[in-house]
Amino acid sequence: MKTSKFLFSTIVAGALFMSCSNDDEAPDDVNEEEVITTMTITLVPEGGGTTITLQTQDLDGDGPEEPDVTISGNLSENTTYNGSIVLLNETEDPAEEVNEEVEGEAAEHQFFFEVGIGLNMSTAYADDESDYVSAETGENFTTTNPVGLVFTATTTDAGTGTFTVTLRHEPTKPNDGTTGDAGGETDITETFDLVVE
Amino acid sequence: MKIKIFIVFVFLVHFHGLSQDCTDILSGQVIDYHDKTPLEKAVIQIVGTQNIVETDDNGKFKILDLCSGEYELEISHPDCSTVFIEVSLEGIEWVDIRLEHHIEELEEVKVVGDALANKTNSAIEESLRLTTLEQYSSGNLGDALKELGGVSSLNTGANIVKPAIHGLNGSRVLILNDGVRMQDMEWGDEHAPNIDINSAGSISVIKGASALQYGGDAIGGVILMEQARIPSKDTLYGKTLVNGILNGRGGNITSELTRAFKKGWFLKGQGSYKRLGDQEAPDYILSNTGIKEIGASLQFGKRLFTWGWDARYSFYTSEIAILRASHIGSVDDLIRAINSGEPQVINPFTYELQNPRQEVTHHLGKIKFYKRFEGLGKWNLQYDYQNNRRFEFDVRRGGRGDQAAIDLELTTHTLSSDFKWDAKEEYQLQFGLLGRYQENFPNPETGVRRLIPDYEKYDFGAFVTGEYRLNDQLLVDAGIRYDFSRIDAQKFYQTSRWEERGYDAEFQDLIVEDRGTQLLVNPIFDYNNISGTVGIKYSENDANVTRLNYAIAKRAPNPSELFSDGLHHSAARIELGDLSIQSETSHKISLSYQRQFKQWGFTLEPYGNFIKDFILLEPTGVEFTIRGAFPVWEYRQTDARLLGVDFSSYIDWSKNWKTEHKFSLVKGKDVDKDAAIINIPAATLRNKIIFSRPEWNGFEAFLESHYVFRQNEFPENLWVFSPADQEDVLLEINTPPDAYHLVAAGAKKRFQLKGNMKLTTSLTLTNLLNTKYRDYLNRQRFYADDLGRNIILQLKLNY
Repeated sequence: MKTSKFLFSTIVAGALFMSCSNDDEAPDDVNEEEVITTMTITLVPEGGGTTITLQTQDLDGDGPEEPDVTISGNLSENTTYNGSIVLLNETEDPAEEVNEEVEGEAAEHQFFFEVGIGLNMSTAYADDESDYVSAETGENFTTTNPVGLVFTATTTDAGTGTFTVTLRHEPTKPNDGTTGDAGGETDITETFDLVVE
Repeated sequence: MKIKIFIVFVFLVHFHGLSQDCTDILSGQVIDYHDKTPLEKAVIQIVGTQNIVETDDNGKFKILDLCSGEYELEISHPDCSTVFIEVSLEGIEWVDIRLEHHIEELEEVKVVGDALANKTNSAIEESLRLTTLEQYSSGNLGDALKELGGVSSLNTGANIVKPAIHGLNGSRVLILNDGVRMQDMEWGDEHAPNIDINSAGSISVIKGASALQYGGDAIGGVILMEQARIPSKDTLYGKTLVNGILNGRGGNITSELTRAFKKGWFLKGQGSYKRLGDQEAPDYILSNTGIKEIGASLQFGKRLFTWGWDARYSFYTSEIAILRASHIGSVDDLIRAINSGEPQVINPFTYELQNPRQEVTHHLGKIKFYKRFEGLGKWNLQYDYQNNRRFEFDVRRGGRGDQAAIDLELTTHTLSSDFKWDAKEEYQLQFGLLGRYQENFPNPETGVRRLIPDYEKYDFGAFVTGEYRLNDQLLVDAGIRYDFSRIDAQKFYQTSRWEERGYDAEFQDLIVEDRGTQLLVNPIFDYNNISGTVGIKYSENDANVTRLNYAIAKRAPNPSELFSDGLHHSAARIELGDLSIQSETSHKISLSYQRQFKQWGFTLEPYGNFIKDFILLEPTGVEFTIRGAFPVWEYRQTDARLLGVDFSSYIDWSKNWKTEHKFSLVKGKDVDKDAAIINIPAATLRNKIIFSRPEWNGFEAFLESHYVFRQNEFPENLWVFSPADQEDVLLEINTPPDAYHLVAAGAKKRFQLKGNMKLTTSLTLTNLLNTKYRDYLNRQRFYADDLGRNIILQLKLNY
């Protein structure tokens, strides 16, 4: 019968078409360019003394492992530290320094330093946007809002408390220096438990 | 074919009226095409005259005293589609006329009446007509479908609207676009159907898995978009709709043109363009919510009663901007957004579509062939090709804004065939086969880990459905379907994630390559699923119909449920699939009780859907990264129960006044946990007053009230550690917003222009009172209010 012939040919066509094409080539690796795995904050005391480093490192990026936080030591009383921040993407080999990208978009980025109760320390920005070359124009920014890749931290009396460092992308600029006022999206945030002695 | 009687004519048509010796006789018999039974009371009219006869109980007729010449006959019967045939008459002529006695094709039904044919007999089914679709011409599919009872939607803003049937959406809802099952990455919450609403002639929704011919996994239901009927006569017609939209300060235009020929040839083209800028909530601009949408389709073919073919190509592309304030960095940003009650970013109005945004393109090509076998049935063969490309652009650092963060290409080939055996009046059988090959390619150039891996998928399906008419009142239908599906994926897992998921115990043999911090794995999973349905339809008469249906449906997990793994930036959440997820099985029982009286009528539709191993995605905790904490959403399986009811009624108060009332309720429960299920739509109540006065140029006006209750059953919220506050805080990620009430109004008028041209103007106002509200099923409810007042002015020109 005609009908069964038609149906049969359909099955055959279907089977042929299902069995074709099977190239099991391994897909390419994704080169994760935008990840920041590591933030290292170096605090160098003015007039000599022990340099303190604070670091947060999350080698699996958005993976399940929590960031690894290390603090090299305690801060000294009544000292001014010159702070600088280095950002790395260690999923790449060699590790890529991300500072450049933040600098190139300095007007769209800002670090926030928030000192918890009990920690007798204050911070101040030591840079502004005009210190950096815009990736877009190739010239220095003309605006002078703070960025925070370089800052100072000044301790007074002994104490303990938290020190939270946050990098925001596209915050409201200028702002009052708090994350609450600035908005934007958090690129990095870490809280360090510090001791001033 | 025999049906066409075409003998060389001797006399010309215009001799008809002349006073010759007109003694010719035309007689014949009208019979059913399928089972060859004679048709009584078929009406035969000689076109252009008042010469009308009816067939007797043997299906026979006779027309006396005709002049020789060529005639066109119009043969109609209440149960059949109307047929025109040409006859050349000289002396005494006999013609056999075959009519298609079953009302099976949507397009043919429209000739007989204005009703839409049901795709199933015993299942709950509802349709949207062209007039309603035209009203939503400037909107989208999901919004239009919400006119139907039991249909809701999962939204991401106002432009991404995923239809949900009886509380279920995504892969549980099949969308058939002119007979082609859409393969447009429906697995994603923020992936709307890639369909131009203006390309459909009508849309039917089957609320359940009973329509096995379309797929065995429609646990939610099936949405069928169909083309308007194209008549078999020489004609050229078209229409153009223009909408001006206040909210978004834009509009759309859509136009279509159809050319048809008497011999069955036809050609139809359609195109639409839509553009909106930022939309507005009552108190502020929703920055970055514009849209650009283009749809086009071209269709041609030849359709005869006994055989035919058609080819169709359709193209759809949309660029949708996603609310800027909804792009957040971590759980602190989310808490801040929830607590602030206002979007974090409000910029001046713009038409520009900035990041985050998505750009989607869908190509669909289809070739279909059908043939009818006399006294046997109809055979269909179809091949379709679909290509779906999705880009998602994020707010990115280092000038990467133009580099897509998600770049997926999904290609699908499907070959299907079915045969409908309808030779017998009492019963009908349909068998079908389907083969499908699908390939997904996630482009590694994004610089972001793939959310959905490379995969190849093979599907094979076979079904048999049948219906049996016991008597005029009672009809029984049943069906069974088998589906095989194989997914062959290649995916990189972070070693840390692989171990955290515990895959190193269960799936270690899937590893192909160890690249240190990453593992390349090759999961190949097979799923064998059997679905079935059985039901009865009892029609006391046309007005009182009761339907009872049971359907068992199994659905294989989709790629997102299996393989999702990573941070979803647009949602600020880590989504984790599970390789051990198995098919889910739904048992659904539905009842439809329809009663119509002289001036009012109602339909009551209760249902229960009991789903074993229901796959759901819900927040389970947080993970810490250098960027702070992110809520983790995990897929898991549980036993679920969905109980619901849809009620609708109408009252004709007088010739001009009418009211409509609709109520929908669904309750979802996680039976294992004895807790509420996430994202179950809240109860809704719609009441509408319609005033119509056809003699005033078809004037019609309405006022509608739409009340959405608060969803009081929702999963528990999460306690998360907030680094900013240095303490655990309550993340109210599941708390539904308050109930709300929206008022809409509209009016329309029709004007006859010269010739066949007709102009219809309408004005529609939505959220008339500019009410501030947020909807539980809008994923942007954390960040901003929903749309404020909107005014749409529509001009429609038929020509």
